[in-house]
Amino acid sequence: MSILDRPASAPLEPFRAVRMTNNLHVPPSPARPGEAPDFSYLRVTPPGALERPIVTVSATETLPLATGLVGVLNSEHRAVGPWDPRLDPQTLLAGLRFMLLTRAFDERMQRTHRQGRISFYVRCLGEEAVSVAQCMALRDTDMLFPSYRNQGLFITRGKPIGDLMCQLLTNTRDMCKGRQLPVFYHWAAGNLFSLSGNLATQLPQAVGWAMASAIKGEDRIAAAWTGEGSTAEGDFHQALTFAAVYRAPVILNVVNNQWAISTFQGVAGGAAQTFAARGPGYGVAALRVDGNDFLAVYSATKWAEERARGGTGSTLIELVTYRGAAHSTSDDPTRYRPTEDYRHWPLGDPIERLKAHLVTLGEWSDAQHAALVSELDDQVASSWKDAAQYGTLSEGPRLDSALMFEDVFESMPQHLVRQRELLQAEQD
Amino acid sequence: MPKMNMVQALNSAMDTMLARDNAVVVLGQDVGYFGGVFKVTEGLQRKYGAQRVLDTPIAESGMVGAAIGMAVNGLRPVVEIQFADYIYPAYDQIASELARLRYRSAGEFFAPVTVRTPCGGGIRGGQTHSQSPEALFAHVAGLKVVMPSNPYDAKGLLIAAIEDNDPVIFFEPKRLYNGPFAGEPEAPAESWSAHPKGEVPDGYYTVPIGKADVVKHGEDVTIVCYGTLVFVAEAAAKKLGIDAEIIDVRTMVPLDMETISNSLQKTGRCVVAHEATRFGGFGAELVASIQEECFWHLQAPIVRATGWDTPYPLAFEWQYFPGPARLMHALKTVMEAS
Repeated sequence: MSILDRPASAPLEPFRAVRMTNNLHVPPSPARPGEAPDFSYLRVTPPGALERPIVTVSATETLPLATGLVGVLNSEHRAVGPWDPRLDPQTLLAGLRFMLLTRAFDERMQRTHRQGRISFYVRCLGEEAVSVAQCMALRDTDMLFPSYRNQGLFITRGKPIGDLMCQLLTNTRDMCKGRQLPVFYHWAAGNLFSLSGNLATQLPQAVGWAMASAIKGEDRIAAAWTGEGSTAEGDFHQALTFAAVYRAPVILNVVNNQWAISTFQGVAGGAAQTFAARGPGYGVAALRVDGNDFLAVYSATKWAEERARGGTGSTLIELVTYRGAAHSTSDDPTRYRPTEDYRHWPLGDPIERLKAHLVTLGEWSDAQHAALVSELDDQVASSWKDAAQYGTLSEGPRLDSALMFEDVFESMPQHLVRQRELLQAEQD
Repeated sequence: MPKMNMVQALNSAMDTMLARDNAVVVLGQDVGYFGGVFKVTEGLQRKYGAQRVLDTPIAESGMVGAAIGMAVNGLRPVVEIQFADYIYPAYDQIASELARLRYRSAGEFFAPVTVRTPCGGGIRGGQTHSQSPEALFAHVAGLKVVMPSNPYDAKGLLIAAIEDNDPVIFFEPKRLYNGPFAGEPEAPAESWSAHPKGEVPDGYYTVPIGKADVVKHGEDVTIVCYGTLVFVAEAAAKKLGIDAEIIDVRTMVPLDMETISNSLQKTGRCVVAHEATRFGGFGAELVASIQEECFWHLQAPIVRATGWDTPYPLAFEWQYFPGPARLMHALKTVMEAS
């Protein structure tokens, strides 16, 4: 039986009652290497079962939506219930395309890293619906504050993947001028903020951006992303407080992919209560959503977008998904979780589920799908070829190291001018 | 004697103290089951249990705040902050609370907390995995600040830090985890097994906090440095054929001015070197203290060799890093001054 056919889970007992020697409770992980994947802890609500309240509902009244699971696609790949966003097939196909492009890009960059041509990479395998559906539900003028697994936001907003590759290569067309680790993109013209690398710091910033929008009387809203692990940081709680106090037009997204490097979400506080449920406690509306259900993610984001843009206030969205790949290329998840556990994730794969839905609608076929995958692979390959001519780790043109002294300040103070000269002398 | 790299030596220090004192606990992000992203706590949770080697939520302020509470209640917590670049959310707990608890309570409360954190660049970490913020902590009254440069010192100093009743901020130059490094990224990697300081006793010993180490005796010039710069200094002096005395400060607070002063009285010339940014860096404190104590012995202005006053740039880390070229330039300047 698919988990989507299961009745709503009763409030859970602790999933593995471990009593440590004294009294300190240490949250365990459901399964470790060598054990069978165990997702019995996952709380679900059948697709279509939860009501879709009007967007001006009070934060408190969203509590059932914050502890349940908003879903649209059922086990027969049909869209059911009040959260069905009733998107036309063209929009669904656009979403499928962006998700497939994100995955093709990731796979190619992972290979490129193995070949030693880029120094670091972070994949978003299994989380593609989060960035793609959420970006599509927002306006291009809305400001996005991405985390490091949100490459789909850049791709969906239309940043050429070749530009992203140049950043990964730290080459002469690197948008960061050699200053940032790979994947820490930005795109001011696309209203995509600069990635930080420090966790949860961008949530209060997104709230502030949204406050400014309200102060200026504009209807642009902000959205920010963080992982469930980072909700432990103080900045998450401060962001919720400010968002509630000022009813800021902002959407705060928690991508619950179950793992913070080696640390299971229980250690972030996910065993006792859902992450979405933090919202109503602060006076912020909240939705817990099947993050691998493209339609549900789109629909929930649209609900929050209308609430924010209409002036009612902010929404916290927990997107329940699974980190299908390693934390980064510096990580080896087989050391701390069962190999192949992603294949057993009860909420499936976001691309496969949307594809099956389109096939069920009679709008798509396996042959068309295969042709699209192949087309996107070609697009990625040709972008790579183009990007690599501006330099790679080992060959081609290099950035001028004098660039390191620029942008520390708007104009360069004398001590940095002097240091730039000293470096020049060192290199001569 | 066993050979250890710095990761193993630090692990051995915590292992020794966890076995010796039930009050010792280790906490931090990924330190338990996984053994830490640099493997410094590998195997400790298996050996001492999940209550003494705790995986924590990602909340640096929470980790240090909780450690203060544990310490006040009789434990000796060792907190790992995964990268020094991520220590800032804990800065309030460290600077306002941990540093001053003894002082504000007239000694009735104190918190013997050790905060370990990997620092420094040279691992292609960019601006978020390369920083050396020791000066920000050395500046706060009430904190001891330590940075070892080799496995022997790392273990002895970490045990001393855990036993110390005052808070200790313990910086680990991660570029030195696996071997000494003279600032030449293209040179073949060296291992600690070939280095005398890679010989580390298995059991308990301490290296005192507050004592500098004269790494190499010399007559011409004194190089005062710590962390990654110790090996760069050795290499630079050798290349120039200068008989330099090299002092590894090891402990920024309390600072061993006696060792530094004795050396300066002999050589009369001084280069101060560290990887961190120059402006307001710990080198500035060294230069000021040296001129206060040794002014009449100085034959030339003291020169600093440091990282530049920019964030640590990914693509230019070796142009940023104060390598042998920058050290040699500083040495020449100080030797050529009349």
